[in-house]
Amino acid sequence: MTDAPLLNVSNYSVGFKTERGLARAVDGVSFTIGAGETLGIVGESGSGKSVLNRSIMGLIASSRQIETGSVLFDGSEMVNQDRQNFWGNRIGMIFQDPMTSLNPVMKVGKQVAEPLRQHLGMSKRQAIERTIELFTNVGIPSPAQRTKQYPHELSGGMRQRVMIAIALAAEPEFLIADEPTTALDVTVQKYILDLLNRLQAEHGMAMTLITHDLGIARGRTDQVLVMYGGRVMEHAPTEELFTHTRHPYTEALLASIPRLDHKKHARLTPIPGAPPNIVEPPPGCRFSPRCKYAQARCVQSSPTVDGAEHRYACFFPVGTDAGAEALASNRAAGETATGLKMSHFEVDA
Amino acid sequence: MAGSGTAHMRPGESDVLLSVEHLVVDFPIGARRVLHAVSDVSFDLRQGETLGLVGESGCGKSTTARAIVQLPPPTSGAINYKGTDLVQLKGENLRRMRPEIQMIFQDPISSLNPRRKVFDIVSEGLSIWGGKARRSASQRRVAEIIREVGLDPEVARQKRSHEYSGGQCQRISVARALVLDPKIVICDEPVSALDVSVQAQILNMLEDMKERYGIALLFISHDLSVVKHVSDRVAVMYLGKLCEIGDGDLIYDQPAHPYTKLLLAAVPDAANKHASDDDAFHGELPSPIDPPSGCRFRSRCPRAEAVCAEQEPQMAHAGAGDHWVACHFPLSGHDPNN
Repeated sequence: MTDAPLLNVSNYSVGFKTERGLARAVDGVSFTIGAGETLGIVGESGSGKSVLNRSIMGLIASSRQIETGSVLFDGSEMVNQDRQNFWGNRIGMIFQDPMTSLNPVMKVGKQVAEPLRQHLGMSKRQAIERTIELFTNVGIPSPAQRTKQYPHELSGGMRQRVMIAIALAAEPEFLIADEPTTALDVTVQKYILDLLNRLQAEHGMAMTLITHDLGIARGRTDQVLVMYGGRVMEHAPTEELFTHTRHPYTEALLASIPRLDHKKHARLTPIPGAPPNIVEPPPGCRFSPRCKYAQARCVQSSPTVDGAEHRYACFFPVGTDAGAEALASNRAAGETATGLKMSHFEVDA
Repeated sequence: MAGSGTAHMRPGESDVLLSVEHLVVDFPIGARRVLHAVSDVSFDLRQGETLGLVGESGCGKSTTARAIVQLPPPTSGAINYKGTDLVQLKGENLRRMRPEIQMIFQDPISSLNPRRKVFDIVSEGLSIWGGKARRSASQRRVAEIIREVGLDPEVARQKRSHEYSGGQCQRISVARALVLDPKIVICDEPVSALDVSVQAQILNMLEDMKERYGIALLFISHDLSVVKHVSDRVAVMYLGKLCEIGDGDLIYDQPAHPYTKLLLAAVPDAANKHASDDDAFHGELPSPIDPPSGCRFRSRCPRAEAVCAEQEPQMAHAGAGDHWVACHFPLSGHDPNN
């Protein structure tokens, strides 16, 4: 990390006023990203990872939204400010679904050229030339012809390349990639991720990569933030997070994933229950109802995210004496403090 | 891949439940043009066996599954189920076969009727097939199966599908399929729409159910790790053809088809031993309207030679055990060119 991080998010919360009460979609999140760095944000649906990034970007235009905390981008405060002048030239964004995020009735070339003219004041001819150059850069074959096509004439992988070309058109310093490959086949996914890595290296661009795929997070990021129910559960440099996992949620996620090196019919260890309701979150730690380490303390109070390099929010972390004792006492009792049967976790090989 | 042939079939074995032979599904797309969705695919399924079908979107895996249940019927080919060719069955005779082969779809929420109580959705099949005399027995059976998939039958009497989460809806789909006591369940991307924590619950449940009822599964997914987990045998498809078929552990350990190898190399998994290979795909997926001659994978294959354009490779034994590949230049440990 550099001395002054490019993006400094501290104690940032986003809530939505709903009829049933305030939905705390993002709750007290802090992290920093330096120039050229990649932060992976991992979590299930409803964990707040997309809302976090969209509201940092200022894309949620709702009078029901409440933002608190601080987001400094290159020293300037963004929370509750108009962020439109950051779009495109300083912060770019790639969305999950390349079909619905492109304009279906506009030729793709024009969709790339438009921000070039608007943000960089290029002439029409310059913008077209630059578009063809960008298409070549992101690996679109016969780029000149492709600029004259509509989104429906392109495959999913091609559309995502167009999205990337748009996001990178004005050479932003920071790119938010929200599940950029979820809708794509593995082979295309690899191409797109390789492409992002290459472009990032060329331009020294910082990036947040939002994904639910821990394999992608592990292979493509410098640091990883694990979110659950709007809160940060664990945050560490990537290798550290995967080799010295501390949070029971991260551990449980890792155990639930089918892996290539498992033998066939290997038993998976699922996480019992379902992700939390963010309008009425469970008391104490939000993961406690699904956690095999849960003790009475976890229901009574919420752990804060502590630590320097490797931060985590847990009273009984994995790989520590406290965690081992908690697990042993739950095994002896046959259930956790939240009433979860330990038999859910005892999976025979 | 891009191969045909039937060397991998197991016709002599008595417990073969379903055998799909030379399946072809074409869709006319106007102007006398034809989209070749599935071209000469053959495979068989034993009792209690899981066959995983993998491939990229558009390779014809879902079309293959649907053709088995005659939705729509294939253009040509035979689908032998317990000695009957399903393709030849019409009307009432075909209807009578339907309880035995059930399907589970990808989107758990849109595949359930939003206006009906979940209990009624699950019992619908039995009220059609069970007859009036066994009404109370069938109610008990429905409650039992809902409990087996991990839900509360009393709650299911009150609630509609939108009141359940995605994972719970997929449990309901499984209950709806199993209540008819099928011999084969076709699962078309059953966990693709679910979060990883819930995905593991559903995969374990499917394995339990398969064990308990001795059903055979045809499991379709684009996720290679998921397929590896649930399958006894794995079949890899590309552009409407089978590339490689055989024992899951053998294929994942030593893929013989260049396509399978590239597919495996692309999986983001820290333990992926194929990932170090830096061969990449050449070009784009060709159109199934005008597929390449010979081997359909040749236009993107790093090993393609002239013969690949002229001759279509046939399924042949690849090395040891239950492992079959359709390739002129298969990869293998004993390959002198390797």
